[in-house]
Formats: sequence, C-alpha cells, structure tokens
Amino acid sequence: MSLKVRRFLIFAALISTVVFTAFINGNSKNNSSPTPKSEATASEGTPNEKFDPGKMIMEHVLDAHEWHITQFGNYPVVLPLPIILFDQGKLVCFMSNKFENVHKSYLGYKIEEAAGANKGKIVKVLSDGETTDKAATLPFDLSITKTVFAMFLSLIIMCLVFISVARAYRKHPNQPPKGMQALLEPVILFVRDDIAKPSIGEERYARFMPFLLMIFFFILTNNIMGVIPLFPGGANVTGNIAVTLTLAVFTFVITTFSTDKNYWKHLVDMPGVPIWLKLPVPLMPFVEIFGVFIKPVVLMIRLFANITGGHIIILGFVCLIFIFGEKNAWLTTVVGPFSFLFMIFVYLLELLVAFLQAYVFTLLSALYFGMAKVGSHH
Amino acid sequence: MLSTMLLAAPGLMDLAPFAKLGAGIGAGLAAIGGGIGISGIGRGAMEAIARQPEAIGEIRSNMILAAALVEGVAFFAIVVCLLVLFM
Repeated sequence: MSLKVRRFLIFAALISTVVFTAFINGNSKNNSSPTPKSEATASEGTPNEKFDPGKMIMEHVLDAHEWHITQFGNYPVVLPLPIILFDQGKLVCFMSNKFENVHKSYLGYKIEEAAGANKGKIVKVLSDGETTDKAATLPFDLSITKTVFAMFLSLIIMCLVFISVARAYRKHPNQPPKGMQALLEPVILFVRDDIAKPSIGEERYARFMPFLLMIFFFILTNNIMGVIPLFPGGANVTGNIAVTLTLAVFTFVITTFSTDKNYWKHLVDMPGVPIWLKLPVPLMPFVEIFGVFIKPVVLMIRLFANITGGHIIILGFVCLIFIFGEKNAWLTTVVGPFSFLFMIFVYLLELLVAFLQAYVFTLLSALYFGMAKVGSHH
Repeated sequence: MLSTMLLAAPGLMDLAPFAKLGAGIGAGLAAIGGGIGISGIGRGAMEAIARQPEAIGEIRSNMILAAALVEGVAFFAIVVCLLVLFM
C-alpha cells in the first residue's frame, strides 16, 4: 500500500490507543483501580477474584515448593515437588501436595503464612497441629524447590549436549564437525580465544578453561530456559540471588587461590600511586581491599538484577492485558496487539541479555583470574 | 515547612508512603543515569566506527561490554529501590 495509506493507518492506531485509554480512565471513576498490593486472599481457582498483578508477577519470579504448570478452567495442574527437612538430626521427606490446605500442618510442620520474618518458610507446629512453635528453631530446608528442579533439568540438558559432542570429537578426531558439534564449536572457541586467552594470557589460560566454559553455558542455558514459557522452562534460576551468589563465590575462591605474593603486596602498596594516598590515612589500600570483596558481589547483583528485571517486565506486559480486560472485555482487542508486540520486543531483548550476561560474567571472571597473578615486572 | 513536617513525622504518622515515593524517584534517577551513561558509550562507538570502519567488530564488542558494566551500576540502584519497596 502507498506511503500515505500506511502513515494514515499508523496514525489512526495511535490515536485509537490514546482515545480508548482515556475512555477507560473516564469510565472507571466509580471503581478503584487494582493496586498491586490489594488483599486478594482468594486462591487461584475461584473465578470471581480481582486480578492481582503484583501477586502474579511475584509468583512467577520467586521460588516455590511446587511447580504450577497451567490451569484447566478451575482445576490447576501442579507438579508437586519433594520437601526434604533436616530437623535436629532427623531427615523428614514428603511431597509438597500434603501442604495443599494452608492451615493444616503435616507431620508437625507447616508453611508459615502470618506476616513476619518467617513468612513462607516451613516451621514446626505445637502438638495442637495449628499454631506455630515459636520457641523451636526452623528445620533446615533442603527441599527440591522449583529453582532446584529447574537447575536439574538444565544440567541434564547440558550433560546430554556436551557429552554427545565430546564423544563425537573422540570418535571422529580430525573431521569437520557436524550437527551439535558444529553448533557448539564456534561458541567454545569464542570463549577460549576472545575471553580466556586475552584476559588470562597464553601460558596460563588452559587451567581455567573448564570453569569458564561451565559458567558460560550454565548461565546461558538457565537464562534461556527461564524465558521459555512452557513447562520445562519458565523457572527463574539465574534470577535467584542464592544461585548467582554461589557462582560469584566460586569466582572469588578461584581468584584467591590463583594469586601470588605480589597481588597481596600490591593491595596495600600499589606502585605508581603517590605516598600520601597510602600512608597517613590509607585511602587507596582501603579501596583496594574493599574491592576484593565488592567485585564478586557486583557480579552477583548484575546477573540477578538483569534477569529478574527482564522477567518482571515481560510479565508486566502480560498483566497489562489482564488489567485492561478487567475494566472492559473488548478493550483487550485494542490493548492486546500492542502489549503483545511490546512483549515480543522485550522477549528478544531478554534473549540478547541472556547471551550478554553470560558473556560479561565469564569475561569478568577471566579478567579477575588474569589480574590475580601480578608478576614482578612492575 | 516541609522539613519541619518531616522532622515531626516519625512520632505522628506512618512514613511508609514517603519511603515508596523515594523508591520510585530513585528508580527513575537510576534510569536517567543508565541512559546518559550508555548514550555516551554509544556516541563514542559511533564516532570510532566513522573514523575507522574496518575496526567495527572490535569496537562493537567493547561497546557491548562497557554498556553491560554501566547497566550493572544502574541495576544496583534498582535493587536498592526494590529493597525499600518490599522491606
């Protein structure tokens, strides 16, 4: 169609969006708009509750003891996951669907629903079966939660892929790569030639390659699986701060164990810095020592915030359709396409962020390993 | 006047809405800071590519790396604002 017709259609679409938004705002003066913190206590199955966007987003981003897959009408399809508790030497295991009725306890434990420091955690109950035993310490919770189960799934996928690729290399040693080998070889060589060798140096990089490859593909696989909305995907693994904390701790430990004496000397007495920054008040040493711990913490927060933020934005666009739909059912036909297109755009951005965050985490880890061995050539 | 009201407030009224206001403003400032930072990186990268088009590959990777680091800083502010909101 001609340029003028195209421009007119785009203009008409924009104006209609604006008009309809004003229309719903004008019509909703009698109702209060749904706030994200509304007290929706009805369970997921009942049809007459208000849509609570905050609750829906938090459910998808946080961890849980079961995996909610979908809902057929009023019947939720849920995969219950095992709860494993270690309580003063006693190991207690049961499936989480025993906790379906939130007020009843099972085997002396229940999920705390009263607000406070223990909300959502598993606590012991007194002998009446209902009230929390406030004097008892919490049992040590080793359950297979949604995040742990999703990690197992992505590890199974990674093992299948990489073991088959390694076997292919062993069986046909000097032939052109085929299939999964051909897909992974450029990526592995990218990690070696563009991340490890420039940062760590030609002589030492080989020792760190297994770790760098592991975190690159672990973060990449879990990021991508977190964005897939159907069953095995859709769990927020790398957006869980405990997971990113563990990866950052690995980086910190390996950095500390590959240092030489000059590294520690240079933390307090760095060359090329004037003496007044070091001696009466040790400003630079303070910054450097603080930096030793801050650098892995920064790695952790960067990955966590990027992935969780992306998930919240995607879920927000989906919630937008439902919020508008509550006001007026035919509004969804107007808002729906725009929200859908924005959501697709953010999905593609999430895909880019998945690769980018894996690359940045691996690159910064490699840089820290490289900087650990200072050498005496200063 | 605003300062005296805020000084007297902890005894008289709940300060949680002010905390939420602060969190919202903080998130907006973080977005502005991140936007300014990354636009500077983009400008430098475009000028470098214009000067030397054959180095486009290396310039692109360095630009993406620097952008990820700057975005990380913006995300710290977001995390602090989320902590204020939910705790």
